[in-house]
Amino acid sequence: MAAASNNPPLLEVKNLRVEFPTRRGTLLAVDDVSFDIAPGEVLGVVGESGAGKSLTGNAIIGLLEPPGRIAGGEIRLEGRRIDNLPYEEMRKVRGARIGAIFQDPLTSLNPLYSVGRQLVETIQTHLPLSGSQARARALDLLKEVGIPGAEMRIDHYPHQFSGGMRQRVVIALALCAGPRLIVADEPTTALDVSIQAQIIALLKRLCREHGTAVMLVTHDMGVIAETADRVAVMYAGRIAEIGPVRDVVKHAQHPYTKGLMGSIPSLGVRTERLTQIDGAMPRLTEIPKGCAFNPRCTVLGQRCMVERPELMAAGASRAACWHHDRGGVGQPVAKETVNA
Amino acid sequence: MLAFILRRILQSIAVLLAVGLVAFSLFRYVGDPINAMVGQDTTMEQREELRQKLGLNDPAPIQFAKFIANAARGNFGLSYRTSEPVGRMILERMPATLELSFCAALFALFVGVPMGVYTGLYPRHWTSRLLQAISLIGISLPTFLIGILLILIFAVSLHWLPSFGRGQTVQIGWWTTNFLTVKGLQALILPSITLGLFQLTLLMRLVRSEMLEVMRADYIKFARARGLTNRAINFGHALKNTLVPVITVTGLQLGALIAFAIVTETVFAWPGVGQLFIQSVQFSDIPVMAAYLLLIGLLFVLINLTVDLLYFAVDPRLRGGGLARAGGH
Repeated sequence: MAAASNNPPLLEVKNLRVEFPTRRGTLLAVDDVSFDIAPGEVLGVVGESGAGKSLTGNAIIGLLEPPGRIAGGEIRLEGRRIDNLPYEEMRKVRGARIGAIFQDPLTSLNPLYSVGRQLVETIQTHLPLSGSQARARALDLLKEVGIPGAEMRIDHYPHQFSGGMRQRVVIALALCAGPRLIVADEPTTALDVSIQAQIIALLKRLCREHGTAVMLVTHDMGVIAETADRVAVMYAGRIAEIGPVRDVVKHAQHPYTKGLMGSIPSLGVRTERLTQIDGAMPRLTEIPKGCAFNPRCTVLGQRCMVERPELMAAGASRAACWHHDRGGVGQPVAKETVNA
Repeated sequence: MLAFILRRILQSIAVLLAVGLVAFSLFRYVGDPINAMVGQDTTMEQREELRQKLGLNDPAPIQFAKFIANAARGNFGLSYRTSEPVGRMILERMPATLELSFCAALFALFVGVPMGVYTGLYPRHWTSRLLQAISLIGISLPTFLIGILLILIFAVSLHWLPSFGRGQTVQIGWWTTNFLTVKGLQALILPSITLGLFQLTLLMRLVRSEMLEVMRADYIKFARARGLTNRAINFGHALKNTLVPVITVTGLQLGALIAFAIVTETVFAWPGVGQLFIQSVQFSDIPVMAAYLLLIGLLFVLINLTVDLLYFAVDPRLRGGGLARAGGH
């Protein structure tokens, strides 16, 4: 992060809004989200299910599932606007400039084609290589992601690989055409815990070697703490806090982030009880007035009930919380009155 | 693989024996064959003599064994109606039915599958909705009505196509074919459409629902994320994944096309096996009915065997099952 801070960002997301038209009105699933990713940087995006983190990732790779659509803002990759590209233009960006890794390696690969064929197909879609050159590149990639016996395994079918090995193949597929950015959506969630660490280490090493930036979407704070340079915490479609990973983990500024950190057990520290955040994230149809976190917040003020906070400087990070505003939160509000 | 094929063949033989048993019992339950063969003034002694000669006094299992042994050599006895060998009667009419069924199957496949792919890819497009509505008609109208309507329009009103018979045929060895003359090909059009229409709508609806299912799969989304072209995704990845159920249904329906060509053959006076069967039922011509039953049984068994082998060609997961573990990390 430090080395990259003066360079122009690789990815710029500005005021992104993603909405879902439904019969009972339009739901705003991603609301005014802005962030940058520098070349080679790993940005972690955390949040509960439904916080809008996967949708943000899908919006960036241009694969929002209809009826979901980008309703506002812009996305720029290497300075070029990509959120309004026609399908065919965006197709050429996908795979070539932005790679993607999805949650479940067991279902990400087509069961009817050998992994070699899927690699060659992707390579030849984006690079002007002959069949044998593409196959040689595919073989190199398989070796690079640590598939033992790659010469033989290249002709095997997905069902002949274990989950961890399949996710390695998926990573090789994402790296095929040398993308500048990889959007990894929960890449380890479906894997055994022992495999998770291997895959994260592999992803980290490969991206460092290739200078590829990563947007790592996960709900696993542990993975973020290990891997990411910066982290964005999402809540109810907005970024609650964003900052360098060490600051966010050690000195969380937003009450929601504090709650998240308190819910992670740590070795060596004896805790009687892990803290937890009461309640659940509001549904998109029921986002309260003011700060979206107010029904669950323990340090609530009058202002939080009426005015919605934007991201503001908070320590070394930026947080969307009135506690960091010069005006403060106003008169404290007791928990009971909120629930009533 | 080889073990699988052997097992399948053994199962097929068991099925055919069961069908043979049903065919054999036709003889025993549909009246005394001797009555059908001799005149009214034949004495009891002569009848008994004939019975003895034909082996009808043997115990049932021995008769059954003889029946199967004869059937296996293509000897189904003489027709009660025409006194011709049944095997030859069926063989003469088989080409007509096979060619008709073949054309109907081609029609259903080459129109039904593309329609299914299209409606599966663009489910909201108005042409898809139109095709869906038309397919409802195809699936709900009875075959004979479609045949009669087609005759009314294209034969009676427009005079474009013949309304009955095979037209002109060419003899190649024992096989008579429609394919080599214009008249023969014209005569094939209406019956093939009539016979194939139901299968077409069935296939279209099957492919459509399979496509809708597959397009939601993760590997399709990942293929998009890899930046593959729509063409590669739709036809290379999606369509191939719909093939296994489509092959199953196509195979079964091909059998059904041949077995149930009866109605179409009757409507178009098509001189095929189905028509022969209808005539045999009217005359209680048991040997023909029994042979027809066995033949259809054989066809279904052969088609299912082929379908099973095709699965191996399409789906690698069925091939080297042992390799998965042996090749693991």
